[in-house]
Amino acid sequence: MGKPLGKTTVFLSGNEAIARGAYESGIKVAASYPGTPASEILEHLALFDEVDAQWSVNEKVAFEVALSSSIAGVRSIYASKHVGVNVAMDALMTSAYTGVGAGFVIVSADDPGIHSSQNEQDNRLIAKVAKIPLLEPASPAEAKEFIKEAFKISEKFDTPVMLRLTTRVSHTKENLIIQERKNFPKKNFTIDTAKYVMVPKNAYRKHALLEKKIERLQKYSEKSSLNKIELNDRKIGIITSGVAYLHVKEMYPKASFLKLGFSFPYPQDLIKEFSKSVKQLYVIEELEPFLEDELKRLGVSFKSKHPSFRVGELRPEYIPLIIRGEKKPRELNKTQKPVMCPGCSHRPVFWVLRELQLIVTGDIGCYTLGALPPLSSLHTCLCMGSGVTFLEGFKRNLDNKVVGVIGDSTFVHSGITGLINMAYNKTKGVLIILDNSTTAMTGSQPHPATGITIKGGKTKKLVLEDLCVSCGADTVEVVEPHDIKKLEKLIKKRLDSDTLSVIIARSPCQLIESKKSPPPNYSIEKCKKCDICLQIDCPAIKKDVDGFIEIDKTLCTGCNLCVKVCPFGALKTGIKK
Amino acid sequence: MMNKTVNILFCGTGGQGVLKASELSAWALVLEGYHVKKSEVHGMAQRGGSVESHLRFGKYVFSPLIPKGEVDFLVSLHENEYRRLEDFLHPEGRGFLPYLKKAEKMLKDKRYLNTFMVAVLSKSLPVSEKNWIKALKHIFPVRFFEENKRVFFMARDVVEK
Repeated sequence: MGKPLGKTTVFLSGNEAIARGAYESGIKVAASYPGTPASEILEHLALFDEVDAQWSVNEKVAFEVALSSSIAGVRSIYASKHVGVNVAMDALMTSAYTGVGAGFVIVSADDPGIHSSQNEQDNRLIAKVAKIPLLEPASPAEAKEFIKEAFKISEKFDTPVMLRLTTRVSHTKENLIIQERKNFPKKNFTIDTAKYVMVPKNAYRKHALLEKKIERLQKYSEKSSLNKIELNDRKIGIITSGVAYLHVKEMYPKASFLKLGFSFPYPQDLIKEFSKSVKQLYVIEELEPFLEDELKRLGVSFKSKHPSFRVGELRPEYIPLIIRGEKKPRELNKTQKPVMCPGCSHRPVFWVLRELQLIVTGDIGCYTLGALPPLSSLHTCLCMGSGVTFLEGFKRNLDNKVVGVIGDSTFVHSGITGLINMAYNKTKGVLIILDNSTTAMTGSQPHPATGITIKGGKTKKLVLEDLCVSCGADTVEVVEPHDIKKLEKLIKKRLDSDTLSVIIARSPCQLIESKKSPPPNYSIEKCKKCDICLQIDCPAIKKDVDGFIEIDKTLCTGCNLCVKVCPFGALKTGIKK
Repeated sequence: MMNKTVNILFCGTGGQGVLKASELSAWALVLEGYHVKKSEVHGMAQRGGSVESHLRFGKYVFSPLIPKGEVDFLVSLHENEYRRLEDFLHPEGRGFLPYLKKAEKMLKDKRYLNTFMVAVLSKSLPVSEKNWIKALKHIFPVRFFEENKRVFFMARDVVEK
């Protein structure tokens, strides 16, 4: 959390502001699984002694822990990235039926532009499908205030409330004012089977009540102070929400606005009233036609963005194009590709997989970078856990040699069931757990197999070796991935045996446990310019103008993978001075 | 207090300290009393790939992103990234590219490149020396503060000459 500038002014990101706002709202419980752009919400909540914060095994677990805490009588929050909400969907859909106890808020951080995700889904649609109220702050300062309102709505209407952020809210910082925490007396849990036991008879009744509740929420959204009409130049009126409002305001500061902060249930009368007060009405929103579709249903005439703008995030310079009805311009992507860090323990594994020319079913984490050339050794990546389940589908239907890869955190999140499924359904195969002992891609968060909690305390450590045996793996072996000869031999051996084998390639991430050895010595005389050392894609090795290589001694960790792959002995292990 | 929103675009590649450069400048501006917005992306986007941070300040800033063609100051830690984002510069905007080459010559340790380039930028920003020092103190751990301060004032002198 940013140090205060004065007593009350701080400079916070949207995620820090959500954490602060939730803290000020008196929350007691917070649960999440890390994922960009949401991770920092829980990391900052964990800094408050009054908040029982946890990294859960996955989002479904997090959701249920947070919701049940609310039912048990304390304010609670669930936070995750947009695709994390998918994992929690089973619980989320029925939570609209049960309602809550004390206030319960679902924070969904969407990623328009797919900066660090596997898809670009618009979770506003999930609020609509689930029939829960939706709030859309535009900035960190708003996020902090909206979450307070979210808790009030949750308690007033006995419903989960979704607060939807996007990357440009979560990862924007601005100066804002903080307030004191308000504590609320704990409510008691009262046995109420009609409310909390969702068997058909009760659920049927609850569905009917939910339909009535959403009508009442609709009336409430009409009067909500989070929806604002700004009347200026009446020639152009714009209906917008979230960060899109700020992009439009930037480019058309004198236009009239209906800014929807409480966007679902739609404030229909407010929309109609605003549409009548302006000459030309536009709807400008990011991603899906969530507001547009409602205006069409209401029979309000308006102009909106060309469908090409449904893909990717909005940028201020796009707004005039949208107003003019133009298509989205083609963007040339000349950005530098991301790469595994120097010394990364995933690199030797992908080098070996490349050498063995295997088909590799992959998963989500830093190691997904193994798909990029020149390593090019990861061939599928769908969602969390699919490295294991795709291995099963491929093994049962392909004649090629296949291995599956999955990270340690990802395996615990959703790989375990896939492994049990393989054993149960008699599928043989080789699964490599790329165990760098952290959740690296999202910022090095701990998980059950690290034995550390979000607050840094020690806890029961999940032993992956034992777990895999219990799941039904025939063999489980742990190997140091930097020993590529041993690793290659082991993979070959297991590929040739008719077993369900788990290989745990274990070496802690460089970002949590830096292992620095001297950089290798390079002999120009022995170098044949074969470029094999460049194929390992290490950021510390660059080709110079003469075709020889240069080793960046600041970046190099001395992992020696380049020494091991050099066929001419031009690279030799560096000597400690 | 300036009424117009001023736009600074920081860029480079992952690991160069682009986000730190932006954070340092943001704190100096916040301390000076401006409304500041700083926007960037984390996660996959950071692993050695292109990194950008949009920093805007003024009386009140709306969009967290700088509209294309409106960048007043383009602070790049990498020449390729400068070329990639040159289009974002306002016709009267400044790029500081010659200082990148100067920094490479003057710095023994390239980890201080971000502080050097922020110092170059600092000569164009309405922030007092006192607040720059406060911001440096806020951003860097105690053991790195003195060296960063030294590099910062060395680079400011380079701009003056």
